[in-house]
Amino acid sequence: MIIEAGHFALVLALMVALVQVVIPLWGATTGRRVLMDVAEPAALMQFVLVAISFAALLNAYITSDFSVLTVAENSHSTKPMMYKISGLWGNHEGSMLLWVLILTIYGAAVALFGAGLPPAFRARVLSVHAMIGVGFILFILLTSNPFLRISPAPPDGQGMNPVLQDPGLAFHPPFLYLGYVGFSMAFSFAVAALLEGRVDPAWARWVRPWTLLAWCALTAGICLGSFWAYYELGWGGWWAWDPVENASFMPWLSGTALLHSAIVVEKRDTLKSWTIFLALLTFALSLVGTFLVRSGVLTSVHAFASDPERGAFILLLLGLVIGGSLVLYAIRAPILTPTGQFAPVSREGALVLNNLLLATATVTVFLGTLYPLFLDAINGPKVSVGAPYYMATFVPLMVPLLVAMAAGPLLTWKRGDLPGIAARLRVPFGVSVAIMVGTSLMAGGKSALASIGIGLAAWVFLGTMQDLAGRVRLFQGPFSDTLRRLGALPRASWGMTIAHAGVAITLAGMTVSTGWSAEGIQVMKPGDQVVVAGDIWHFDSTAPVSGSNWKGMQAQFSVSDGGARPFTVLTPSRRTYSLQQMTLAKVAIHTNHLANWYVVVGDPQPQGGWIVRIYWHPLAPWIWYGFLIMAAGGAVSLSDRRLRIGAPVRRPVVASGKSHAAA
Amino acid sequence: MRRFRLRPVALLALLFVTAAPAWAVNPDERLSDPGLEARARALSKELRCMVCQNESIDDSNADLAHDLRVIVRQRLTAGDSDQQVLTYMRARYGDFVLLKPPVDSATWVLWFGPFAVLLLGGVVIGLMTRYRREPPPPAPLSEDEARQLQTLLKPEPEPS
Amino acid sequence: MQLHDHVPPGRPFPPGARPFYLIPIACFIGLFIVFGLGLTKNPAILPSALIDKPAPSFDLPPLLADHPGLAQADLKGKPVLVNFFASWCAPCREEAPVLAGLAASGDVAIFGIDYKDNPAAGRKFLEALGNPYQRVAVDAAGRTAIDFGLYGVPETYIVDAKGSIRYRLPGALTPENLQSEILPRLAALQRQP
Repeated sequence: MIIEAGHFALVLALMVALVQVVIPLWGATTGRRVLMDVAEPAALMQFVLVAISFAALLNAYITSDFSVLTVAENSHSTKPMMYKISGLWGNHEGSMLLWVLILTIYGAAVALFGAGLPPAFRARVLSVHAMIGVGFILFILLTSNPFLRISPAPPDGQGMNPVLQDPGLAFHPPFLYLGYVGFSMAFSFAVAALLEGRVDPAWARWVRPWTLLAWCALTAGICLGSFWAYYELGWGGWWAWDPVENASFMPWLSGTALLHSAIVVEKRDTLKSWTIFLALLTFALSLVGTFLVRSGVLTSVHAFASDPERGAFILLLLGLVIGGSLVLYAIRAPILTPTGQFAPVSREGALVLNNLLLATATVTVFLGTLYPLFLDAINGPKVSVGAPYYMATFVPLMVPLLVAMAAGPLLTWKRGDLPGIAARLRVPFGVSVAIMVGTSLMAGGKSALASIGIGLAAWVFLGTMQDLAGRVRLFQGPFSDTLRRLGALPRASWGMTIAHAGVAITLAGMTVSTGWSAEGIQVMKPGDQVVVAGDIWHFDSTAPVSGSNWKGMQAQFSVSDGGARPFTVLTPSRRTYSLQQMTLAKVAIHTNHLANWYVVVGDPQPQGGWIVRIYWHPLAPWIWYGFLIMAAGGAVSLSDRRLRIGAPVRRPVVASGKSHAAA
Repeated sequence: MRRFRLRPVALLALLFVTAAPAWAVNPDERLSDPGLEARARALSKELRCMVCQNESIDDSNADLAHDLRVIVRQRLTAGDSDQQVLTYMRARYGDFVLLKPPVDSATWVLWFGPFAVLLLGGVVIGLMTRYRREPPPPAPLSEDEARQLQTLLKPEPEPS
Repeated sequence: MQLHDHVPPGRPFPPGARPFYLIPIACFIGLFIVFGLGLTKNPAILPSALIDKPAPSFDLPPLLADHPGLAQADLKGKPVLVNFFASWCAPCREEAPVLAGLAASGDVAIFGIDYKDNPAAGRKFLEALGNPYQRVAVDAAGRTAIDFGLYGVPETYIVDAKGSIRYRLPGALTPENLQSEILPRLAALQRQP
C-alpha cells in the first residue's frame, strides 16, 4: 500500500507542478498578485509530495520489499543497511526520483527564502522551475516508474553490483545531483530574466547564492567520485577522462565560469547576455550529462541504464528545455544593453579572460566526449578520444588560466595598474620559478610536467596569499590594524582566497602524484619483501575474512622506512561476493597527508603467491583536500551576509549607467 | 578469466564488472630494459583496450589487452619505433585503437575546434572592448536644441 | 506588471549583432540531430579495419585429425566464411546451430579458427555441437586473431575469392543477421566471376 501511496503522491506532484507552471506565469504576465502568490505554496506542496513518494520507495528498500520490481532487481536482504539505502539511487529509476526530489528541494528553498525577490520575478522563476519538474516527473511516470510491482514477489532480490557497495559511491550521486540539479535554479533565474527583459546587478546577486550552492555540491561530488575511482578501481588512477566523468566535469567548468562572470554583472553591470548564456549552458550541460549517462549513447563503464526509449524521451526533454531557452535567448538577449565600460587591464578584464579560457576548456571536453558520437552519426570513421587528447588540448589551456589566476584578484575594477601588479607579484614569481627549477633539478630533468605543475601551484598559492596580504595590509602598518582588517574582510573575499588556494593544492597533488609516483608490481608470497620508493614492504601473512554478503582473504603488509618498527601495517583484501560470484580487490591505503602508500592484492598465481601492486603517490591526498578546500571556499562565500537571498534590493536603473551596486 | 562477447545489455553489465579488478601490467610481461619498458608503458597508455570501451591497454585486465601489451613489447624489442608500433596496431584495429585520434580531415574539428573557439572568443572580446572604448559620436544638435544651448550658455546677468 | 515593461527601448547591442545570438540555438539544433542519430546506433559495433584488404598472412595447424588446418593461401579461389570460436565462449554455443544449418545448406565453405583454447576442449566442443567447418585451425597464441583485428569471440569474416576481407560480423550469428548481413553479401560475391 505504501508503494501505491508513493506512486499516487508522484502523480499528484505532477498536477501541482502543472499548476505551478501555468498560474504564476499568467499572474506575472497580467500583473495579478493573487495568481503570482500561488507559486510558493505550490513549490512547497510539490516538494512535500515528491518527498512522500521518495520516502515510500526508501521504505521499500529498507524493508526489502521484493514485490517492488526495482527493489527486487537491485537490492538483496543480506546487503548492509547503508547499501540498501544507497541502492535506491544505484539504479536508473530510483536515481531519477532522487533527481526530482532535489529539484523540488531547490524549488521549495526559493519559495521559503525568496521573500526579497520581486513578486513577479519570483513567480516567473518558480514557474520556469516547475516546467523542468513537469518534464522529469513525466519522464519517471512514463518511462522509468520505480513503483511497479512484480507478482509473484521473488523470495530475494538480485543484489547490487559489488563495485557500487562502497561508502564513497553511496554518497557520490546525491552530491552530484545537488550540483547538477542546483544549476536548474540559475537556469530558472536566467529564463525569468529573459522573460522580463532585464538583467542588472541585483539579478546577479540573487542568482549567485544558488549558483554557489550548486557549484559547492558539484565540487564535492566530483571529489568523492574521483576518490572512489582511486581506491575502489584499484589501479591508482583518479581521473580517466571517461565520458561519465566528463559529463560532471563540463557543468563544473561552465558553472565556474558562471560564478566569475556573475561577479562582473554585479560589480560592473556588463557581460550580461554572456552570463545569461552561461547560466543556460551550465544547466544544459547538466541535462546533457544526464542524457549521456541515461541513454547509453556513449558506452561507458558507468552507463548502467542504457535504454534508447528513455534516451529518446530525455532527448525530447532536452530539446524542449534547452532549445526553448535558447530560442528565448536569441530573441531577448540582444536587448540586454551593458552600461558599464571595461578596459582590458582590469579586474573585469581578467574575469573575461577567465571566462574565455574556461569556456574553451568546456568546449574541449565537450568535443572530446561527443566527437566519436558525432562521427558515428555522420557515418564517419570510428575513433576513440582518451586521456592523450586531453593532455594535448585541455592541459595547455589551463596554464594561462592558472597564470592569470594569481594576478586577476590583484587588479582593481575599471582600470588595473599592470606595473604595480608586476611589482607586487615579484616575490611569488621568483619563488615559484625557483621551485620549478629546483624540483626539476632534483628530479634530474624527468617529468618536466610535474615541475611546471608544482611551480604553477606555488604561483597560484603565493599570488593568492599576496592578494590577501595586500587586503589586510600585512607589514604595512601596525599588526593590530592587519588583524582588524582580517576580521573585517568580507566572507566573499575569504571564499575566493580559500577556493583559489584549494586550486593550488589540488594542482600540486595532481602533478606531483602523477610525475613522481613510484610503483612495484610483482608476485609475492607471505614472507616476501620488496622496496618501493625507499620503503620496505613486507608481506606478513594472509587470513580469511567475511562480511554479510561476501567472503574472502585479507593480506597483511608491514611497511617500514628501514627503522626497527614498521610505520604502518596495511591490510588489503580480496572479497568474493557470493551472489554475483564476483571477486573484488579492496585496496589498503596509508596516508600521512603528504603521500599515500597504496597496496592491492591481485590474482593468485598458479606457481603460488599473488600479483601485488604497490604504489607510492606523493602529494596524492592533496588532490582531494584541494577539492574540499575549494568547496569550503564556496561555502564561506555563500555565508556572506551580502549574498543572503533577498538581502539585495534592486535599485532603479539610471540612464547614465552609474547604478552599480556598492562594491 | 576469459572474456567473451555478450549481447549489448549484458555487455554493459559486463563492462561495469570488468572495470572493477582493473589490473595494469603483470610482472611477467615486463621488459628488463628500463628504457624499452618505459616506452612500452607510454605506448600502452595511448592504445585503447578494445573490449573495455574506455580504458587503455595499460589499465586493463582484459585478456586481449594483455596480448596487445605483450605485442607492444615484442615489437619494441625487435627494434620498432614508437610510430611503427602504433601503425602496426592501427593496421589491425583502425583509428579506434588510438586514444589520441590521428589528425586528418575527419578530426579537424576535434583537434582545431578548441583553438578556433579560443581565437574567435579573443577576437569577439577584442571587438567588444574596442567598441566600448569608442562610444559613437553624439548626434548633431537640432536647431531647437542649439538655440536652447545658446540660451543656457549666455552668461546670465549678474543679479544686482 | 506587464511582460515587456522592463524592456529598454534601446537597440540590440552591439547594433547589428542580433544574428550573433542565433549561434547557440543553431549549434544546439545540430547537436540535437546528432544525439537523435546517435540513439539509433549501437556504439558496441565496430567495423573491421581490414575491409577490402587482403586477409593477413598466417598458417595455423589443424585442430582435428581428419580436417586440415588453415593458411592464408586457403582463402583464395571462392568466397568463404572464417569463423573464430572457442570452447569457453558462451555465444559460440548459441551460434552453433546457425553455423550447422549454413554448413548443411552447402552454400558456402566455412573455415573455423579455435581462438586461445585448449585443443582437447576445442575438439570436445565440436564433438558435442557438431562440426560445421571444412577446415579447423588452432590459434593457441591468438596472434592470427589479432592480425585479423579480432576483439572478441565469436567473430565471422567474409573473405572473397581474391582472399580479401569484405565483412566482419562481431558476436554470435543468428538466423536474423545471417539473412540480413551474411547471405546477401555472400550471394553478391558468388555472382561475381
